[in-house]
Amino acid sequence: MAEYYLKTPISEEDVRKLQVGDIVYISGIMITARDAAHKRAISLAKGGKVNEIPVNFEGLALYHCGPVVKKVNDTWKVFAAGPTTSARMEAIEGEFIRLFKVRAIIGKGGMGAKTAEAAKEVGAFYGAFTGGTAALAAEAIKRVKEVHWLDLGTPEALWVLEVENFGPLVVAIDSHGNNLYDTVLKEAEENKVKVLKELGLI
Amino acid sequence: MNNLESIIEESAFKLIKVAETILPDDVVEALKKARDRETRPLAKAQLDAILKNIEIAKNRKLPICQDTGTIIWFIKLGENFPIRSKLKDILIRATRRATEEIPIRPNAVNPWTGKNSGDNTGRYFPWFNWEIVQGDELELTVLPKGGGSENTSALWMLTPGEGINGLKRAVIETVYKAGPKPCPPIVVGVGIGGGADIAIKLAKKALLRPLNVRNEDENIAKLEEELLEAVNELGIGPMGLGGLTTVLDVHIEWGHRHPASFPVGIVTQCWADRAARMRITKDGKVEILSHNVNLEEV
Repeated sequence: MAEYYLKTPISEEDVRKLQVGDIVYISGIMITARDAAHKRAISLAKGGKVNEIPVNFEGLALYHCGPVVKKVNDTWKVFAAGPTTSARMEAIEGEFIRLFKVRAIIGKGGMGAKTAEAAKEVGAFYGAFTGGTAALAAEAIKRVKEVHWLDLGTPEALWVLEVENFGPLVVAIDSHGNNLYDTVLKEAEENKVKVLKELGLI
Repeated sequence: MNNLESIIEESAFKLIKVAETILPDDVVEALKKARDRETRPLAKAQLDAILKNIEIAKNRKLPICQDTGTIIWFIKLGENFPIRSKLKDILIRATRRATEEIPIRPNAVNPWTGKNSGDNTGRYFPWFNWEIVQGDELELTVLPKGGGSENTSALWMLTPGEGINGLKRAVIETVYKAGPKPCPPIVVGVGIGGGADIAIKLAKKALLRPLNVRNEDENIAKLEEELLEAVNELGIGPMGLGGLTTVLDVHIEWGHRHPASFPVGIVTQCWADRAARMRITKDGKVEILSHNVNLEEV
């Protein structure tokens, strides 16, 4: 298990060094996007309107998060920003990685084979941030740089955040085709059969 | 609005704030024990992040988790407490104020239109559980229940023949299937008996019992311990990244069942096992029962 401190823009070379189980902290620019922002960005890019996307995502960190925000004296302030369940983005994340070359996908609960495949192909990783640690995340967010697509509602909008040592992120999908969640769940399945047998339930 | 009404509203607002920003001591202790027990560095790192987060939230009065949950009220209303029918409106006002001022995330969505009401109130939202008791005091408990962990809750309508063995299998299968999704280490509430609705209701009520406090029935207490050990053998671990602690505790509540049914409700609760409880006397004296905090400083 190695520990890395990465700065955006993250290069492909940075990402290829990472192995599942490593711990990463990220500084620089992080965007948030949930289901709706993913869909909008993909549809603009595929419709030849990539210039209408307000941010160039290449090399940035993408965070699955619907933050609790409030405007204080005309400035947006992030009060809580823990990760949301990444599995909801599984159907479209691979396409997002290929189109925009984001290098870090951050969320909770892990993602599946489609995302892992795109991560391997393009050079990206999935970093699991501890679910529910919203205050820890808010502390690592230094400033709201920009916000776009507020018409989607504050949780779904595209937040552009400046972060410092955002983490710890556990590399759960690396760019070599490994998925830590698959390994744990496979073990859990074997353990389950063992426990049910021990208790005489099967 | 008379004086007692405004005391209840103010105190209920503060109760939500306590629940959202300070985790009860028993939960923090259980998480610390889990951290000390873990041998894998990744599992320890998850629990360290959780414990650090709990400290930051407490010190900076921030919500522990950005999913500030569905606000659920449990009300024990003394039959001689002077305010009764107005209580619901008072607690709705307190919920709105909490949403704006703490702030907490607006989580009440109309299922037909997808529109968020914006203030955590709506049809049957928040939800009220009423109990009329003797005396002239009011006891309020607020349980902000996270959505991610609610999604892995389950109802098992077992046959009476499957009985206790079926119940054990249901708990193990439910925790296994939940995997990393409910933000483990989780707390598992189990409700047995009644009907479909009652089993789930009892399961949720089971979450209100402090951790490491066993059911008062010796045999049920033993079953809680057996189940806790069994689910932790799954090895799902903190945040599903592998480890010794998948579940902090299993609590069981029960009621009599219909001869033809053996309903088992299982409610999963994330590590942010938030709840706060207070008592208000008819003279407006307020006491927090769940936390060691001074209300003036909330």
